[in-house]
Amino acid sequence: MEQFLQQVVNGISLGSIYALIALGYTMVYGIIKLINFAHGDVYMIGAFVGFAAITYGKMGFFPALLVAMISCAIIGVVIEKVAYKPLRNSTRIAALITAIGVSLFLEYVMMFFVGAEVRSYPKVLTEKAFHLGSVVINMQQIYIVLTAIALMILLQFIVHKTKTGKAMRAVSIDPDAAQLMGIKVDSTISYTFAIGSAFAGAAGVLVGIYYNSIDPLMGILPGLKAFVAAVFGGIGSIPGAMIGGLTIGTMETFVSGYGNSMYRDAAVFLFLIVILIIKPSGLLGKNTREKV
Amino acid sequence: MKRTLVFLFTLVFAMTMVAGCGGQTEDAQTVKIGINYELSGDVASYGEASVDGIMMAFDEINAAGGIDGLQIEPITVDNKSDTAEATALATRLMTQEGVVACLGPATSGSYMATIPVAMANKVPIISASATADEGVTVDKNGNVNEYVFRLCFNDSFQGVTMANFALNNLEAKKAVIIQDKSSDYAAGLAKNFKETFTAGGGEIVGEEGYVAKDKDFNAILTKIKGQEFDVIFLPGYYQEAGLIIKQARDLDISAPILGADGFDSPVLLELAGAEALNDVYFSNHYSNLDQDPLVQKFIEDFKTKYGKEPNAFHALGYDLGKYIADAIKRAGSPEPEKIKDALANTENFVGVTGSFSMGPDHNPIKSIVVIGLENGVQASSVKVEPK
Repeated sequence: MEQFLQQVVNGISLGSIYALIALGYTMVYGIIKLINFAHGDVYMIGAFVGFAAITYGKMGFFPALLVAMISCAIIGVVIEKVAYKPLRNSTRIAALITAIGVSLFLEYVMMFFVGAEVRSYPKVLTEKAFHLGSVVINMQQIYIVLTAIALMILLQFIVHKTKTGKAMRAVSIDPDAAQLMGIKVDSTISYTFAIGSAFAGAAGVLVGIYYNSIDPLMGILPGLKAFVAAVFGGIGSIPGAMIGGLTIGTMETFVSGYGNSMYRDAAVFLFLIVILIIKPSGLLGKNTREKV
Repeated sequence: MKRTLVFLFTLVFAMTMVAGCGGQTEDAQTVKIGINYELSGDVASYGEASVDGIMMAFDEINAAGGIDGLQIEPITVDNKSDTAEATALATRLMTQEGVVACLGPATSGSYMATIPVAMANKVPIISASATADEGVTVDKNGNVNEYVFRLCFNDSFQGVTMANFALNNLEAKKAVIIQDKSSDYAAGLAKNFKETFTAGGGEIVGEEGYVAKDKDFNAILTKIKGQEFDVIFLPGYYQEAGLIIKQARDLDISAPILGADGFDSPVLLELAGAEALNDVYFSNHYSNLDQDPLVQKFIEDFKTKYGKEPNAFHALGYDLGKYIADAIKRAGSPEPEKIKDALANTENFVGVTGSFSMGPDHNPIKSIVVIGLENGVQASSVKVEPK
């Protein structure tokens, strides 16, 4: 039982990270129908910006988190303006391939500057751990889950209670109609990229602190897993991304903990295939019919 | 256009002549040794350290008058941590530069790629750090590769040593293996550890696996936490080993953790943190704690020359430089064929990584060091002699 509870703690910590990354995928898909494969690399850049802020800027946890989020927001907007905006009216496959190109570009530019070697993260949180029976919960796990929850509540607030959020929802339903109603579609898309990338940046810093290891290719696999999480929850749906992230995280942990750790990644992607067969629009996805 | 071409050809021709002449005059007093190492790319830190060690040895030999009056002329090339590049450069060194022997590459994969070149050109090659069990000095049919040597022990010896260390020094009865499933190195270590540990009366109570680049090991560590065991054997490299040790200690797993030479990097300490690195033991080629006067003199000289503490790769490179010079001296004349015979007939060569004689399978028979960490610092070292 205690082992089970410990695995739940492990799973939720991992799942919160996937959920934060999945949010960015789902928001961007919701608004311009693009799978932004560079999203995992924005997360990697967030980790490195946080690293620099703590090491060279001598910042604490929250200022570093904020700096990483702002930097990633700017990078996200620049990527959208430079790489995706010119292709907005071309085929979706062209935009998708561009996204893969941007992803590789970010990875290898980063590798050029910082090298391929893994780096350890500076210590900014206390190493304290709480013992509930034999279940260990450490400070980093608490920070990860709390930060993730706080950011998700903030996102729900932005999307449902602010004017920008209303504009985002309008553009995601019908960009042309939204434009006719006087909504600035371009700047709404920029906001979406900024928010999604900021969340990825936050996830990057949290992962750096939690696992104490960052490298330029760290975004590839978590990016893919977060994508699976977004698809599972229903791509385009924000609560879906949260549920998806937590589900994938817990599932991975249980496959490793009670099955064989070698099948962990296989299980996640098998799960994706099953979802796509049974419920292609995902758990909370809207079943929209293709208009002809 | 035509005139420029003619001019260019003349220039190239003239330059070749000059270069050719230069080579001939130098041949009289020098002996050329190829140095084919990973100076950039993924494992550049291994290559750079090895070459630093080799150069220190060569400088010492040249300053003392060379090998019977012959100065060593190292020809250093960078194989970019790339197997194909290593092969191409070995060919160039042997056919165009006219080296009498080649040192390196540092990693087993690249070193193995240069073996066919050495066999075809009949030029001996030696590596100080290619530890793979199979396909290095002995081919897959069991025949010894005549021109291929190494001066480090192989992986199976490390696995056997760590199993004996667990049984005898730590008095462990039950062990868990957490293995890097994506590397042959870890597979060889795990296999030999398991065989020796069970043969010695121990029991393997759990086996877990991970792949390179994984970062979250909490799930498998929580799983083994529920089992009873005395030691964890962790064959793999420092990038993941550092994280596994940290996460294990965070989960209150306090059992001793054993590993092999893949732990030998300052990055291990950065990743795991000093607090987690207690009761951690790994096998290695060399330890700075060795009180042997030869080793202490090497450490002093190395610090004077490079301004830092040497690691195992520096020490292995240094021994490699001394060893090839010793073989050329014993060969009597700098001819690849005679050098090869001298290498094969080595008896009691004394080096900083231990004394050894060359075995019939071109693997050295030498001792191994088990290093113990306390608060992230190397605190103890035990020398284990080969059986």
